[in-house]
Amino acid sequence: MDLASPPDASGTLPGVLCTTVETLTRWGRSHSVWPLQFGLACCAIEMIAASMARFDIARFGSEVFRPSPRQADLLIVSGTVTKKMAPMVVRLWNQMPDPKYCIAMGACAISGGPFHTGYNVVPGVDTLIPVDVYVPGCPPRPEALLHGLLTLQEQIRRRTFVPRPESPIPDYGPRDLIVSPPPHGAAGTDS
Amino acid sequence: MEPLERIRDRIDARFGSGAATLVPNPSPSAQHSLLLRSDQAAAIAAFLRDDAELCLDYCSNVSGLDWPAAGHLEVVYHLYSMTCRHGPVIIRVRTADRGPGAAAPSLALVWRSAELQEREVFDLFGITFWGHPDLRRLLMWDDYAEYPLRKDFGKGAA
Repeated sequence: MDLASPPDASGTLPGVLCTTVETLTRWGRSHSVWPLQFGLACCAIEMIAASMARFDIARFGSEVFRPSPRQADLLIVSGTVTKKMAPMVVRLWNQMPDPKYCIAMGACAISGGPFHTGYNVVPGVDTLIPVDVYVPGCPPRPEALLHGLLTLQEQIRRRTFVPRPESPIPDYGPRDLIVSPPPHGAAGTDS
Repeated sequence: MEPLERIRDRIDARFGSGAATLVPNPSPSAQHSLLLRSDQAAAIAAFLRDDAELCLDYCSNVSGLDWPAAGHLEVVYHLYSMTCRHGPVIIRVRTADRGPGAAAPSLALVWRSAELQEREVFDLFGITFWGHPDLRRLLMWDDYAEYPLRKDFGKGAA
């Protein structure tokens, strides 16, 4: 909205109602982020722990882990992305409806971690799909994941998320995984 | 358990001289092993499993080795006996060379636990196992052309 321009003849600011509704929408979205029920490695154990009674991710509205990407808002990449698994991860991401978000959980998902130069490990899931929040650790404790979720909620309330373009699905090559350059660029724009 | 020298002598007596060779391990662990002649390895393996005194009924581990200087690959099996509560007996089988036709006999029909692990050795070292019931790549994708655990992996020569 354009707060800089003068009020119109009726004396009201244009777009005030729409802005308020969008703020409300974002607030609602930020408190009902449904993650995809999807684990890759040991980080998934911590993700499961975060969802159970002791750490209780339900306090933040994210207890509904969906078994289908069509119903999920958040992809928590919880663990090592192997090159063999990479096309499936990208496919799941592409199947999620907008608005959608991605948390890279743990050293492996962020950069490949100790397997950075490994023959079967993707050196960071952000080479394949856009990542909104990075949660470091090996593995991160459930509290760290919850902090990542709160950071994401703050982003959701602050930013206008634009629809994500489809990420290219990598191919299995005879020597290595063939990865096209990602079109995703920036995760969102500050409004 | 009887000493490895005696096991070797019994194998030699049954399968001919030179069927098994003792490979000493000079490290503190002193885990000596038996190198089996590859054309007789499956028969010797069945003997080790069925022999009343040894009864090595469990294969806990299969691993591959690459010896670029010597020009061959090796498969190493760690055998235990659940019945007699002893082990390990370590046996090795060598391939003739390191080329694309590098092959060794499969022991998966003697110890079923070797089936998946021989697939892994095939996947990562490129050793073809004769007589394996289901020899496919395990960790890497089917069209992958390299063998990542060979010493010259990533150095140009595949």
